[in-house]
Amino acid sequence: MKRSEQEKELSRRTIGRRGLVIGGLQLAFAGTLLWRLREMQLNQSEEFRLLAEENRINLRLLPPVRGLILDRNGVLLAGNEQNYRVVIKRDDVGDIDLVLGRLAQLIPLTEDDIERTRRDMLRNRPFVPVTVAERLSWEEISRVAANAPALPGVTPEMGLSRLYPLRQDTAHVVGYVGPVSERDLEALETPDPVLMIPRFQIGKSGVERMAEDRLRGRAGSQRVEVNSVGRVMRELDRVEGTPGANVHLTIDAKLQNYALERLHGQSAAAVVVDVTNGDILALASGPSFDPNMFVRGISTTNFNELLNNDYRPLVNKTVQGMYPPGSTFKMVTGLAALEDGVTDGQETVFCPGHMDVSGNRFHCWKRGGHGRVGLVSALAESCDVYFYEMAQRCGIDKINAMSTRLGLGIRYDLPITSVAGGLNPTREWKRNNRNAEWRIGDTVNASIGQGFVLSTPLQLAVLTARLATNRAVLPRLVRDPLERSDRELASLDLRPEWLRMIRQGMNQTVNDRRGTAYSSRVVADGQTMAGKTGTSQVFSITRAEREAGIRRQEDLPWNRRNHALFVSYAPYDNPRYAVSVVVEHGGGGSSAATPIGRDIMLAALNDASPPLSAYPAPQRNRIEFEQREMEQRLRRPEDMRISRA
Amino acid sequence: MSYLEYNTKQMPSGLRKVLYLNWPLIFLLIMVASYGFVMLYSVAGGSLTPWADPQIKRFGIGLLVMFVVAFTPLWFWRSIAGIGYIVALLLLLGVEFFGTVGMGAKRWLLIGPFRLQPSELAKITTILALAAYYDWLGVKKVSHPLWVLVGALIALLPTLLVLRQPDLGTAMLIAAGGGVVIFAAGVHWAYFAALFGTIGGLVTAVMQSRGTEWQLLKDYQFRRIDSFLDPTLDPLGAGYHINQSMIALGSGGWSGRGFMEGTQARLNFLPEKHTDFIFTTLAEEFGFVGASSLLLLYMMILAVCLLTAIRTTNRFGALLVMGVIGNFFLYFAVNMAMVMGLAPVVGVPLPLVSYGGSAMIVLMVGFGLVHSAQIHRARLPS
Repeated sequence: MKRSEQEKELSRRTIGRRGLVIGGLQLAFAGTLLWRLREMQLNQSEEFRLLAEENRINLRLLPPVRGLILDRNGVLLAGNEQNYRVVIKRDDVGDIDLVLGRLAQLIPLTEDDIERTRRDMLRNRPFVPVTVAERLSWEEISRVAANAPALPGVTPEMGLSRLYPLRQDTAHVVGYVGPVSERDLEALETPDPVLMIPRFQIGKSGVERMAEDRLRGRAGSQRVEVNSVGRVMRELDRVEGTPGANVHLTIDAKLQNYALERLHGQSAAAVVVDVTNGDILALASGPSFDPNMFVRGISTTNFNELLNNDYRPLVNKTVQGMYPPGSTFKMVTGLAALEDGVTDGQETVFCPGHMDVSGNRFHCWKRGGHGRVGLVSALAESCDVYFYEMAQRCGIDKINAMSTRLGLGIRYDLPITSVAGGLNPTREWKRNNRNAEWRIGDTVNASIGQGFVLSTPLQLAVLTARLATNRAVLPRLVRDPLERSDRELASLDLRPEWLRMIRQGMNQTVNDRRGTAYSSRVVADGQTMAGKTGTSQVFSITRAEREAGIRRQEDLPWNRRNHALFVSYAPYDNPRYAVSVVVEHGGGGSSAATPIGRDIMLAALNDASPPLSAYPAPQRNRIEFEQREMEQRLRRPEDMRISRA
Repeated sequence: MSYLEYNTKQMPSGLRKVLYLNWPLIFLLIMVASYGFVMLYSVAGGSLTPWADPQIKRFGIGLLVMFVVAFTPLWFWRSIAGIGYIVALLLLLGVEFFGTVGMGAKRWLLIGPFRLQPSELAKITTILALAAYYDWLGVKKVSHPLWVLVGALIALLPTLLVLRQPDLGTAMLIAAGGGVVIFAAGVHWAYFAALFGTIGGLVTAVMQSRGTEWQLLKDYQFRRIDSFLDPTLDPLGAGYHINQSMIALGSGGWSGRGFMEGTQARLNFLPEKHTDFIFTTLAEEFGFVGASSLLLLYMMILAVCLLTAIRTTNRFGALLVMGVIGNFFLYFAVNMAMVMGLAPVVGVPLPLVSYGGSAMIVLMVGFGLVHSAQIHRARLPS
């Protein structure tokens, strides 16, 4: 079929026209593309550039080095140890089982470790290093490094982790660190970004927790370039952080160690306070625990063991434990009576062994009675009836006022967790808490530190320090190493003649043949100790029990026995230290707590090694034996690392 | 029009054909392909492997194929148009029943050692068939409803078969090539108006029915449409890629971040940076200058081809070139619009620039046909 010229021309014109239409439409669309390109690349270029940078640049925090905690002589209580660990990257490892098998021949690895490592590796992205083992020794890490060619993907690494070189010695004071928990983060309004660093640890208890802000320091940062799956390509720049500040405690690590070891085998607490400035030299709560367990992640078994132990190792009994002070409270009652003017101290009271108050009979600890006693002999022989009488004369309000003045019932502001305030019971307190009116019997009970009165061992040490100095001694745990002069302590303004009688009573308690602590006297010159024993009942003795004859303490189950207490200060004529000891359910004060108090006092006075000559001659054989036995347990001086910082 | 019609005296023959090649087109094609080589070198991190080197070789083969096609007389292409079309349809049906599955779609046929993608072949054969059909039909009968229906069917059959694979991108290209041929052949405007009107009406009806009692699609189907139209609604899926692509493109600025300095591409924030998103990499590293110059080159290719189409007195050749134009334009326009966030994500690479073998060869065959139409057009005796 031959096409006509006319038809050909029509075809050509149609195609030409329509072709131009199509070309026009395409040009219009291309214009749109160009406009869009210009819009994005010229007008919004800055925003897109910013987004691209955000994609690419990752800010990483560099954890700061935690500050050290040191004792008063610079002995390291909490430090940072080099932590050698081995990490592995799936990216480079090749045959996982083969490499882990080889690794297990070089370093101790359990089946669990291997299983966990394999799981972590598969769960994470291939370039994320997974920790295989931590806290390896230098030898172990060297073996891994030496065999590097056979261990593809395995890298030995070094980090810092918290270490408490004195282990259980200062566990209750220094506390421990642990990983940041959800609760920690919720408690803070604007959490420090450093807390988000994986495996970052913060103070969980004790000074570690309370001085967290000082110890933590400030994080540095590092800008790195990452790719789309987050792998770091290179470091762009880095800002170093500020390491945490060191904290200097008033604790004397050597004395602390001695005190804790002296409490060995008991559920007990001992406090040593420097009476001249309130420095707490020892704050021992036994039994203790190894805080390093918490840093490494304590096992449930170990934790339950600590939790279910009858002796409550996790509780800091020195500031947290509240005990009826018993006879150690009698100085308070005595001073209250003197200040109120209801007695001059010389006046004597007859003790028949009991006293009837509004139909109830209150007994003295000595069934036969003490006969006529004045304030000094009442303290020395710990006569209860004398103080029943004085308390009734001056009343509970006066006793409470004196108690507060002497440092009881006050919550001290110390940088350790769970500091308890004790209890000076008032009429109002009883109304609110016991829903009953105050009765005279309550006053009588309070006069000898029973009933509702509760004190902590630290408070009893402060009480003793205040009696010894007539100053408002305030306990102090942290000292600024730059602070040169000691702070001036306010006077308590108690009349010297009153205190003279009280101190004399305490002196006779220890040094008079009739005193309740005579067997624990110190014979060394210039180290004479004054003190007061106490025995506080945990359960009141029922009439039936009393009629059946008081059972011997040793026959009672442990947790029903009396608490044993002893407070003391020395030297008598120029007081330096105050010591308080509480032995939970230790039985009688003079037998359980007093020797401990004396030994710790002698340790404080003699650089943690009590000289045999300070003990009365007949006791020296036994003491020498005890000392030798204890030396086995004491930490050696070379174990106490002095930090250069 | 049979080969008897050709006045051999007006046609160049033998080596003289070389003089009549569309030389500007060849020059432009090499330019565009070079953009591709440079970018493939860059996205491989400054390496000829794995992409730039094979791409250069393929382009060389593509050029040879183009010359072979160009020197083959136009009447030959016209005479095999019908057979080619039927073969392509059969192969597409073969894919339907025996095809191998890859990337979530059935696209390939394994014939011996060769992996054939019949949808690529269908791009060319559909254009050839329609051009031959309208050449045969003559200019006066084109708007008759029956003949319009035949033309529409020729375009629709391969389109639907490819759509079933599913391969939306290629289906669009086939439909666009065919549509342009039908339009250029002179089919009455009213048909196109009716077609677009119907599509627009249907889409409106479907979208309007949403939320009413008689809604035409299920809720999840509407949600799919939503995320197709606006990828930012699906920030972890397709939206992530488009978002990263726009960041890369925008951050290029006027002159770009520098050769091999594009952070988005280098750090793998861009997906498929050697294929579908290569334009983004170009725009990131060479900025507005690089991106708009490539767009300009593409437009110049279109202009050169359009000129050939208009100057050709041969109806078959002219329609054929128009088909290639329609196909090629949609090819790069959809890709660019997609990476700029103007169009939904459709897997269409950038022609001649993106890494890919069969697409490159098919494109060169198309341009070979353009040359053939140019060489073998009837020239008035001088």
